[in-house]
Amino acid sequence: MPSLKDLKNRIASVKATQKITKAMQMVAAAKLRRAQEAAEAARPFADRMAEVLGNLAAGSVGRDDAPRLMIGTGRTQVHLLVVCTAERGLCGGFNSQIVRLAREHINRLLAEGKEVKILTVGKKGADALRRDHGGRIIERIELRGIKTLNYEVAAGVQQKVLDMFEAGQFDVCTLFYSRFRSVIAQIPTAKQIVPFEVDATAGSATAGALYDYEPGEPEILEELLPRAIAVQIFTALLENAASEQGARMSAMDNATRNAGDMINKLSLQYNRSRQAMITKELIEIISGAEAL
Amino acid sequence: MATFKFELVSPERLVLSTEVDQVDLPGVDGDFGVLANHSPFLTTLRAGVVTVRTGSDTTRIFIRGGFADVSPTGLTVLAEKAVPVADLKADQIAAEIRNAEEDVTDAKTPDARQRAEQKLAQLRDVADALRAA
Repeated sequence: MPSLKDLKNRIASVKATQKITKAMQMVAAAKLRRAQEAAEAARPFADRMAEVLGNLAAGSVGRDDAPRLMIGTGRTQVHLLVVCTAERGLCGGFNSQIVRLAREHINRLLAEGKEVKILTVGKKGADALRRDHGGRIIERIELRGIKTLNYEVAAGVQQKVLDMFEAGQFDVCTLFYSRFRSVIAQIPTAKQIVPFEVDATAGSATAGALYDYEPGEPEILEELLPRAIAVQIFTALLENAASEQGARMSAMDNATRNAGDMINKLSLQYNRSRQAMITKELIEIISGAEAL
Repeated sequence: MATFKFELVSPERLVLSTEVDQVDLPGVDGDFGVLANHSPFLTTLRAGVVTVRTGSDTTRIFIRGGFADVSPTGLTVLAEKAVPVADLKADQIAAEIRNAEEDVTDAKTPDARQRAEQKLAQLRDVADALRAA
């Protein structure tokens, strides 16, 4: 049976924790709104890009001279996994969900006898994958110093991926991130970015129109594809940022509620034992008086 | 004068979406203007200044490379970076040029070097043009 003093300390400490989780929840809510706005604002570019690509690719799918980024190397032996996670924890199952999906993917590939290389974006993913697949992590990119997630960050990641592709270091590249559905639902997602899958149906209704190309179709495609990949990465990072804040918000909401429950339980226990003690003392006094 | 829909988007946001009379763009193979009912046309853009005319208003926007998609429904410009010339500081351009210079020195393949040099030349042109204006 803990003493009254112990209980009191316990309650004070849980209250302090509750204050912190509450504050974190509110910070996450504010950041979430900003992250969502950023994701929202980036959507037109991604949509337009998909549209233009759709228009353009409809003509070159299946052709032998299509860019290598689109048709791939013709092999699927070496896989590069770009695992995007958060820089910090305390956000519920956010990081572990992404890592779990990546790990399943890795195990499946390894079982098929493929070679796997990993590039991590965000510290938590590297930490989680280090134990099982440490040797396969070829590079980690940390987002620690970055205040606002802008296109340059994504372009940096894209440049690394493309350099490796040019050097023939992998055949297939897959991006892992968490799609933001709502505050309580973030869906870990795997998306193949090399060879680039063009959604030919994304082209607008005007796809049938006869386009003029300057300089030429293949040249434009050659320019467009790397950017499209950068946009995919950018979108993934933005979605990830929103998901992270959403996950943290609901995790901290839960924590705050749990702390509340705990305080209630502890206060009840505290009051009971306080009363029991008073009763005990009274009985002692009364029986002492009776004995006289 | 007939107007058409013009959208300028950068990866971070939709910069501009309005009805306009005429847009002048820096294409890779030379500058060109777009009026309403232009035939469908897709091109890459070099770094330069986009001039948008609506009535008697002219807006000038600096872009750092991108694509222009002229479709029957309007003109869409996908720019990697878009800054209105009025907000553009001289040191910003200088920073871009420095960046491009670094790219040239960092370039590993001759192909990449050529691309970086091209970009640098374009940026210098823009800087000159802006200083003159």
